[in-house]
Amino acid sequence: MSEWWTYRLESFLLFSPRVYWRMFELHNAALWPLQLATLASGVVIVLLVLRRAPGHGTWIGLILGVLWACVGWSFLWNRYAGINWAALYVAPAFGLQGLLLAAAGASGGLACDRRDVTGRLGLLLVASGLAYPLLAPLLGRPWISAEVFGVAPDPTAIATLGLLVAAGGRWQPLLCPIPLSWLLLSGLTLRTMGEGQALVPLAAAGTAVALLILRRAPSSTPA
Amino acid sequence: MITRRRFIEAATACGAAFALPAPAPAATPAPMARAIPSSGERIPAVGLGTWITFNVGDDAALRDECTGVMAAFFQAGGRLIDSSPMYGSSQPVIGYGLGKLGRPAALFSAEKVWTSSPAHGAQQIEQSRRLWGVERFDLVQVHNLLAWEAHLETLFAMKAEGRLRYVGITTSEGRRHELFEEIMRRHPLDFVQLTYNIVDREAEQRLLPLAAERGTAVIVNRPFRQGALTRKLAHQPLPGWATEIGAGSWAQVLLKFILAHPAVTVAIPATSRIDHVRENVAAAADPLPDAALRQRMAAHVRTL
Repeated sequence: MSEWWTYRLESFLLFSPRVYWRMFELHNAALWPLQLATLASGVVIVLLVLRRAPGHGTWIGLILGVLWACVGWSFLWNRYAGINWAALYVAPAFGLQGLLLAAAGASGGLACDRRDVTGRLGLLLVASGLAYPLLAPLLGRPWISAEVFGVAPDPTAIATLGLLVAAGGRWQPLLCPIPLSWLLLSGLTLRTMGEGQALVPLAAAGTAVALLILRRAPSSTPA
Repeated sequence: MITRRRFIEAATACGAAFALPAPAPAATPAPMARAIPSSGERIPAVGLGTWITFNVGDDAALRDECTGVMAAFFQAGGRLIDSSPMYGSSQPVIGYGLGKLGRPAALFSAEKVWTSSPAHGAQQIEQSRRLWGVERFDLVQVHNLLAWEAHLETLFAMKAEGRLRYVGITTSEGRRHELFEEIMRRHPLDFVQLTYNIVDREAEQRLLPLAAERGTAVIVNRPFRQGALTRKLAHQPLPGWATEIGAGSWAQVLLKFILAHPAVTVAIPATSRIDHVRENVAAAADPLPDAALRQRMAAHVRTL
């Protein structure tokens, strides 16, 4: 694109807020009651982390990997791309993130064996991803437009980042860029639409980055 | 218990309210028409843009709403509908609406080619044609001068073969005006499309006079600055001079300002509302402001 610096964020906004939120309504209607299953899988992830059963990282990687691939295929590729052609280029990244999560889980990279303050805060971030559907009624939208973990990308990315904070480990540099980039993109999209909710994915991404830095700091020792 | 059925019913509730617009008031006068200099063909001076407003994906209820807007547009005497491959699902939504409306003969189809690949231009135009469901486009423009040299060659060849009727180029928000001017001077363009409104008036300096001199039709995009102007002015009282030009709303004031420029052929406001599309087309009517009043209008809006 020539003279790209002359473009404003508004120049890239292809749809109205009304169309955007109705997209979630239609997506939820099409998938219902799958949302109950994806939310339950999120609770299972939290329980696996809390109980630290042997091999829990493998299961977490598998669950998150499947959910990322499903969100990429079902939401980005088949739904969002209908109003935003750029989603076609983002969807494969979600597939890649799914593969990376599964691989990290299988190799022990998602084992949440440390229990320190940042780890607990990471779990809080996971919980906020699971509670994300509450935003819809809180911001005056109908429940059917709620963004649900494992179905919509924002809560999926937030919960995944929370898990990565809790897990730590050498896979973080590979696993964090895609969810962080997505939350930045989503926040900017919402901001351009004039939606107050823009603050949520941006704040979640900022919090995750801060916790990841804290987690890697030398003073953050295992409990 | 929320059932799938309830979900779907709620999600499509808006669609239940959809109906084709009630017939326009009897004896609606035909909108003012302007001649395309290269052919002499006359087209109504207000068209229909589809940027954002027609990008509704496969949302059946919203597609029907867009069809209602198109129906009202044609009922009011409008003809030119403008779109682009860049506008998400706008093309298939237009095609859907045209099919529902029985492919109105009045349609003047204005499309764009938007790809950085010179070799892909013809293929993209063919894909766009299928999405619209038209036999051929009336006008195809090179969108924002992207790969313009190769695409213009393709478009002029297609025109020579009778596969489209008019060739044009576009820009928006004041970008690349120097190159735009150079292309206007070097090529026999039928149309140019550019941004021009009561606050964005850079085109008055060189491009609009050049279009008049070269006999090039001008399509004006962003007449309301993507709705920002109408939103800003919505709560301001209409000045007394609005009645002098027969404007009943700020949207009509803004459109009449644009249409009063002698080089302008068509303005293409986008809307998703039936009442607004009627209001927009109705702005294409005398009286239009003279040069002195246009200056007063611009000065007044600057103060708000």
